[in-house]
Amino acid sequence: MNNYSFSLQGAALTALGSGALFWPDAGLLVVSDLHLGKAERILRRGGSALPPYETRDTLSRLEADLAHTSARRVICLGDSFDDIAASQMLRDEETLWITRLQAGREWIWMEGNHDPGPVDFGGSHLAELSLGPLTFRHIAQPGAIGEVSGHYHPKASVSLRGRSISRPAFLLDDDRLILPAFGTYTGGLRTSAAALDRLMRQGAHAILTGPTPVAIPMPR
Amino acid sequence: MASLPPVFKEWFDAKGWSIHPHQQTMLDRADAPALLLIAPTGGGKTLSGFLPTLIDLSKSDHQGMHTLYISPLKALAADIRRNLTTPVEEMNLDVRIEERTGDTTQTMRKRQRADPPHILLTTPESLALLVSYPDAPHIFSGLKRVVIDEIHALAESKRGDQMMLALARLQRLCPDLKRVGLSATVEDPAAIAHLMARHPDPCEILLADPGPAPDISMLVTNEAPPWSGGGAAYAIPAVLDEVRKHKTTLIFHNTRAQAEIFFHNLWLANDEGLPIGIHHGSLDREQRTRVEGAMVRGELRAIVCTGSLDLGIDWGDVDLVIQIGAPKNVKRLVQRIGRANHRYNAPSKALLVPANRFEVVECVAALDAVLDGELDGDPRGPGPRDVLCQHILITACAGPFDACALYREVISAGAYTALSRAEFDACLDFCATGGYALRAYDRWQRLLQKNGLWQLRDPRAAQRIRMNIGTIQDTNTLKVRMRRNRGGKPLGEIEEGFAATLTQGDTFLIGGQIVKYEGLREMTVEVSRDSSRKPRIATFMGTKFATSTQLSARVQRMFTQEDWPELPSHTAEWLRLQRKVSQLPQPGRLLIESFPHEGRAHTVVYGFAGRNGQQTLGLLLTKRMEETGLHPLGFVATDYATMIWGLDAVEDPAPLFELTALQDGLETWLAGNAVMKRTFRASATIAGLIERNTPQARKSGRQAAFSSDILYDTLMRYDPDHLMLDITRQEALRGLIDFGRIEEMIARIDGRIDHIRLARLTPLAAPMLLEVGRVPVKGDAEERLLAEEAARLMETSGLAQISPPPVNKPRWRVGY
Repeated sequence: MNNYSFSLQGAALTALGSGALFWPDAGLLVVSDLHLGKAERILRRGGSALPPYETRDTLSRLEADLAHTSARRVICLGDSFDDIAASQMLRDEETLWITRLQAGREWIWMEGNHDPGPVDFGGSHLAELSLGPLTFRHIAQPGAIGEVSGHYHPKASVSLRGRSISRPAFLLDDDRLILPAFGTYTGGLRTSAAALDRLMRQGAHAILTGPTPVAIPMPR
Repeated sequence: MASLPPVFKEWFDAKGWSIHPHQQTMLDRADAPALLLIAPTGGGKTLSGFLPTLIDLSKSDHQGMHTLYISPLKALAADIRRNLTTPVEEMNLDVRIEERTGDTTQTMRKRQRADPPHILLTTPESLALLVSYPDAPHIFSGLKRVVIDEIHALAESKRGDQMMLALARLQRLCPDLKRVGLSATVEDPAAIAHLMARHPDPCEILLADPGPAPDISMLVTNEAPPWSGGGAAYAIPAVLDEVRKHKTTLIFHNTRAQAEIFFHNLWLANDEGLPIGIHHGSLDREQRTRVEGAMVRGELRAIVCTGSLDLGIDWGDVDLVIQIGAPKNVKRLVQRIGRANHRYNAPSKALLVPANRFEVVECVAALDAVLDGELDGDPRGPGPRDVLCQHILITACAGPFDACALYREVISAGAYTALSRAEFDACLDFCATGGYALRAYDRWQRLLQKNGLWQLRDPRAAQRIRMNIGTIQDTNTLKVRMRRNRGGKPLGEIEEGFAATLTQGDTFLIGGQIVKYEGLREMTVEVSRDSSRKPRIATFMGTKFATSTQLSARVQRMFTQEDWPELPSHTAEWLRLQRKVSQLPQPGRLLIESFPHEGRAHTVVYGFAGRNGQQTLGLLLTKRMEETGLHPLGFVATDYATMIWGLDAVEDPAPLFELTALQDGLETWLAGNAVMKRTFRASATIAGLIERNTPQARKSGRQAAFSSDILYDTLMRYDPDHLMLDITRQEALRGLIDFGRIEEMIARIDGRIDHIRLARLTPLAAPMLLEVGRVPVKGDAEERLLAEEAARLMETSGLAQISPPPVNKPRWRVGY
């Protein structure tokens, strides 16, 4: 898989086409907004029936990235579960799968607005974490420097004569990085949305995910 | 011979009518288990269907429902009620006639279930709903006859399959039920008879006098039609002339978009203000009713319309039918023309208006076909299993059922006579469990077996199932309203895909007026009036008819001629030019043209394989082009040719046609294609795997598309043998064509490929540019375009200079 490399506050980082972030020097893989158990939660809430395979799909993509990067540490950057109940209602094989992925790795569950409390999985549960020049938390804070966050599910579109391509995207400026949602079946927020426009500085980039991640000026 | 009872005889005499021979025969054969009448319009077809009913009701004191009438259109049911009420009242018969459609009020529906009328007029969907009620045996008790109107229209679609399954059900409730089908002229009456018979009983066919041949010709204009496009704007003055010369003219279009644009242009040229209306399926019901009313009262000189006005509506004094664009289907054309000039023994008059030069050729071919009495029609395959799945769920809503009994019932319906028990069981299992991949999810565990009978696991599911009854795959539409304080006037509907392309301030045409897009509120498009003379964008996406294979064979024959004295000079000249700059396709050879156009490499393959065949060829060739690194971007197919565009030009077509390479990985390529996903969405919706309607809210089309694509992908990955995928493959192949036919074609051509590389578009390729139904190809080309565009954006923004940031900055290392 092709990657896109860049640096944030001196840390050399790699955006993977899957939407995960890899920090080679720290052996760290970061994924955000997995929303595991989303189909189950929507159904539980009386919504329409979504195809129930999104958890497996998300986990198999995560497994592939772990194998590919040989990451020793993993940060799930919040909203890993669609809600606390969803984390308890995962099917046995999916729970086992997560445990298998965790084996031999340092694993950090960051709190998100969907999963604010601790979940019944091993690893640490944190609200935020600083590693070197970078700070990891779920929701970006205005004014933060070297911050890596998720939450907004940013997506960007490019219009190519007669066809428009819209993909989940990393947003990057000198101060911060916002990760796209990694989970299958998670919608996206256009980069032109006011919330993202306010957070990101002029000259920010959007790095589109896909077979070959590419950077464009963040569409506003 | 059955004679008319006195009261009927007197009524006929008072009207100065005598009974038509086929009406008499229908009366004589009233006890046949199934009877199909083929008669032209205006032949008193409807009355022949109801005469036995009215006579029977006049003689006896029948309790409950006597006759069920099913028509493909709500409007038709309303029309028939009015037409039947007249003789009933004039003969003073004690007969209650009511309609039941999607427009019937709740209270009325409830009353109809408790106390059914003698004659109930309904549609296939409303019938399916009635059959799903536990009190269906009560509702239909005493039912003696069922009349299916315009059965030729129903027989072409899944609506007909659903209706016949519901009839199989009714037949079990009322074993003596007699079936009557009324059909316009069709090529193969036996096929319709096969569909409507209760097998193994036969279905008799009755052919009425077809009446005089239609008077049909091509409209001659001073101005030559353009090379491509479907608007026929050039013909507006000539069409207005014809409208002036006739009493009432119907102007048919193949698509709603074309109807809107033509209507708009017609009004711009209509200096004397002739009363002209517009009528198509996307307009608001109220507006349609108003136009229909004005037409019946004879207040309109012309109506611009689409197929929605096609069926059965009383056409009043229409004395001219104009068809804009080539009639893609000769059968439909003849049926349309047959409706004009309602008198039984006068020929109907019609004019064809080709929209471009190629369509001139098509029109001439179609005229020949009509003269030869050649009608077209594709044979339909076996009964679709997605419809069967829905029928099984409907049956379960009505109460517990025995699988063997239901199977016997199902195979009594024509389309399903060849259904094997194993296929039936697979459908039943799908309804019960959702299939292997979905077995763990309660959601799809809908049936269970108890004491040998199948029933709903959760009786509350009946509500959801009923909400999703039907097989019509209307594209998702949004209502359009004028923006007012409390919801302005409804104008009609537009397709969701079209609505998604609108931004505030865009203007478009609807109902003949130009409106400005203001915004979207709760699934309603709000617009305001706009006085600009030119709408910024065209309305609606197009739907597409396939031309019959006979027609394309005729066109191909015309191409072999030395010259074309039968064609208007402008079109003959256009063909000569094609011969000069390139060549015309020749039998036994394959013509391929490659040329650049608007920055893309274009290749046109003239295979004359029919639209399905050309579509399949498009899929296969783009696969080979992707493999050989030509970066295809998409293709579009017509009945005659496939046009493919991409980033790199085809230098040598031979490798693209290598059979083994075409076959290799074909499954995977097809699986990822938009055609398959579209087919899956339709079938999964009919079979009840995807719900369009939920008690909470109507799902937006985009949501439905989103979840169906994910469902498709996951089933492909985890359960490729799932019943829904099996159905999808079968349906998609019916929509495409089996690979074998393409193999045959390639073998027949045997390398005799004429590849002509040109600097620009050829005359024959021009009409392809404006074809609707483009199929995108998502492959490497998209990635390359994206990379190029990203580079360009970075360059122009000046960000490229500072990105990626220099790597010689101090690197941070995390200590352990």
